[in-house]
Amino acid sequence: MKSGQGEIVLTAERFFAEQYGFDEKMAGGALSKLLGGPIDDGDLYFEYRTNEALQIEDGIVKQATRNVTQGVGVRANSEAKTGYAYSDDITPGSLEIASARARAIAATGAGDQSVAVKAPRRAHDLYPVDQPTTDVPLETKISLLEEIDRQTRAIDPRIEKVIASVTTEHKLVLIARADGQVVGDVRPLTRFNVSCIAADGDRREQGYAGAGGRQSFSMHADRSGLAELAERAARQAIRNLTADDAPAGTFDVVLGPGWPGILLHEAIGHGLEGDFNRKGTSAFSNRIGQKVASPLCTVIDDGTLPGRRGSLNVDDEGTQTQRTVLIEDGILRGYLQDRLNSRLMGVAPTGNGRRESYQDPTFPRMTNTFMLAGDSDPEEILRSVKRGLFAQEFGGGQVDITSGKFVFSASEAFLIEDGKITRPVKGATLIGNGPDVLTRVSMVGNDLELDHGVGTCGKEGQSVPVGVGLPTIRVDGLTVGGTR
Amino acid sequence: MSSVPKLTERSMDLDRARDLVTRAQRLGASDADVLFVEGDEFSVTVRRGEVEQLHGARSRRLGLRVFVGGQVATGATSDTTPGTLERLVSDLVANARAMGTDPAAGLPSQADVATSPPDLDLDDDIFERLSMDDRIALARRAEEAATGADPRISNSDGSTFAFDAAHRIYAATNGFAGEYPSTTYSLVSRPLAAENGEMQRDYYYTVARHFADLEAPDAVGAEAARRTLRRLGAQKPATGEVPVVFSPETASRLLGAIGSAASGAALYNRASFLLDRLGESIAAPIVEIRDDPLEVRGLGSRPFDGEGVATRSQAIVSGGALQTYLLDTYSARRLDARSSGSCRRSTEGSPSAGPHQMRMTPGEHSPEDIIATIDNGLYVTSLIGHGMNLVTGDFSQGAAGLWIRGGELAESVEECTVAARLQDIFMNIEMIGSDLELKRTVSAPTLKIARLMVAGQ
Repeated sequence: MKSGQGEIVLTAERFFAEQYGFDEKMAGGALSKLLGGPIDDGDLYFEYRTNEALQIEDGIVKQATRNVTQGVGVRANSEAKTGYAYSDDITPGSLEIASARARAIAATGAGDQSVAVKAPRRAHDLYPVDQPTTDVPLETKISLLEEIDRQTRAIDPRIEKVIASVTTEHKLVLIARADGQVVGDVRPLTRFNVSCIAADGDRREQGYAGAGGRQSFSMHADRSGLAELAERAARQAIRNLTADDAPAGTFDVVLGPGWPGILLHEAIGHGLEGDFNRKGTSAFSNRIGQKVASPLCTVIDDGTLPGRRGSLNVDDEGTQTQRTVLIEDGILRGYLQDRLNSRLMGVAPTGNGRRESYQDPTFPRMTNTFMLAGDSDPEEILRSVKRGLFAQEFGGGQVDITSGKFVFSASEAFLIEDGKITRPVKGATLIGNGPDVLTRVSMVGNDLELDHGVGTCGKEGQSVPVGVGLPTIRVDGLTVGGTR
Repeated sequence: MSSVPKLTERSMDLDRARDLVTRAQRLGASDADVLFVEGDEFSVTVRRGEVEQLHGARSRRLGLRVFVGGQVATGATSDTTPGTLERLVSDLVANARAMGTDPAAGLPSQADVATSPPDLDLDDDIFERLSMDDRIALARRAEEAATGADPRISNSDGSTFAFDAAHRIYAATNGFAGEYPSTTYSLVSRPLAAENGEMQRDYYYTVARHFADLEAPDAVGAEAARRTLRRLGAQKPATGEVPVVFSPETASRLLGAIGSAASGAALYNRASFLLDRLGESIAAPIVEIRDDPLEVRGLGSRPFDGEGVATRSQAIVSGGALQTYLLDTYSARRLDARSSGSCRRSTEGSPSAGPHQMRMTPGEHSPEDIIATIDNGLYVTSLIGHGMNLVTGDFSQGAAGLWIRGGELAESVEECTVAARLQDIFMNIEMIGSDLELKRTVSAPTLKIARLMVAGQ
């Protein structure tokens, strides 16, 4: 496809062929060295990534950063064992050294299995790229940041500080698998962030909002979207200026639609990742077919939503992504799998094998995780609560997958008194037990929303982009970590 | 096991680094600096008797920053061939010219850069002589000690031996150029325990610059098992305000808040609860906090900071009063102050200010003595979540640990939160333990807080 700049966006296959001389011989040669003997599976993961970041602070555009990262990760599996290595050079020689290192997991010497490399395969096309997001001229990005800065300040004179940033990524990957399959993907990623400080007398509070996804940059340049971003950040800071301390103890909690779906990510999603369940270290181990949620709850992980931050055409092992039902009408149906764990558990991979970069090993990870909408009117859900908490924005969360205990921290919350939202309260951490929390869901709204495209999931020190979604829900009896 | 393939030659040296920044000046930059890091990394995980994961790689990365007056751009690459570096320099000069002018931007003055960086004994090259079998045996011994400690240890997330050997080279157009090697060795054990349908996990680790300073594998595994077993039988405590004792792990997390809130960016962004508090009392009078990047073999030690300024040992809090902010050259100029040698820099993105190696000075009390002063309270061994607001000081995180009854540790507790303003937590430190551990770059001993809100049942 032609871009506005007259450049051609290359397919991953052509890019690695032209840049590094990647061809069937190079892939076949390295795979043959890697495989054979006790090695059951393995792959080569070629990556070329450009990241650009730009920030505006107090109206001055600064911190232009442009990083280029290239390399190849090599992996060998033998039963439950994984050997992996990487090289920052993409040459036949460095591939050979990396293959030898990856093979060190097996007690034998060089590999000897010949691998015939097949023609590249096409998967989904969830995020067509008309121009690498990192090639959008700096001037275009600068004018958008100036617009966000201006709009955030215009909302209230108490906004005294604004920092806005845009980060873009253009990532090409090419995966050569043990079965000779070669799969490429070109992955765009953009994210806008705005954070601001509001001050009133001695009191200062912050507000934050973000938006993004795997889309062509022009999709983000929509001015009304930026105005909404500015509005969300500024309102949060202003609202928190008058927030009271949050209460402490057990309350009925109403979670608003969208980003509060982080509840599902922490409480359910991590515990359903295949590696933990194969090893029997998750609170959800051996619970397929059991009731783990109220019948109102159906939870999905779906890597095939067009343009979403957590979506992928193929996962980082070249498996096509899919829609996986995790919980159906309250019953646990499935786990999230990569190749290694699905092979060992005797089930099909689900397209959830992910790695942050060629330098990292692959694990089962979430993509976009959300709960399907129910029948209740969101107003009716609020009206049903006598005394409780309504939370609509959250910071991060964390889970102990073995005990099942999880937390997630509200950044914007309100007291509900006699069915009405009364006053804002300070953010507080909510804590619960994963296998138990969804059994307490007593109402599910008809207003499913996906988040704005800001999620980043951490596991084993690796960060990958993810999405979440939720309709308005009522959870009976959740512990709220306030101070009074 | 096959041997580890031989290492290749280093791809950068001080002269090439100096040449690169001079070249940037020839291509239009007024100033430039470069950080180059090259290293070897290795890890092996043994889980329930089997080698589960083995990883080895050599990595290199170069980060370049160019100034055109007050305009700045940064970039990084792992491709250090001359053609790529030439292109990187021209791209960055062009990017810098598209930026706004920031009057605070620039390199440190020649007067501020380190003149004779000390040798802090940060590297130990024994990894070159540790065979693959030696390396695996370390993880295996820790794993066996953990899983064999008690029949209730039912499973494991494995035990991992790892090392990281890095060589850093830094050069700038203000004339400073320096380099130093460092190594980090670590061993961690992560067993699971089960009883009556309940499952718990915990971990214990040792980490050091020198291999010989690691704790013995058997001790690591045994301590990991002890910590995991004591979590069994966990109850959800009642909601209420009680005295709370933080273990060194969790106390260090609290101390990290002071490190972040006292650092450059949080201050010039007016996003810190320690804003305009210099010289004022921010903690109980018994609290002393230092940043000491000159500690020999220290995990956060460095002979010069991320922009070549001499590092120094300095008091951050003395007698409970805030003594200094942690600043690099940029934040110092923004705040009309001087750099405290606190620049931290990776090859990616812009440098920033922060603590190198922050320590709360230990007190005289053993953890047992501290616990003995409490009739009914909480001993926190684990905190989870991100509930820490550095702008306001509001703190609310998930906690697990043991309940204290009659001066002794009693039943395990979980699924509760502790919450307060950080300002109040630090002002209400009643006792400080003698058990400071050197295995963290930000480290505090056991701390007793007079009263905190615990939310549970």
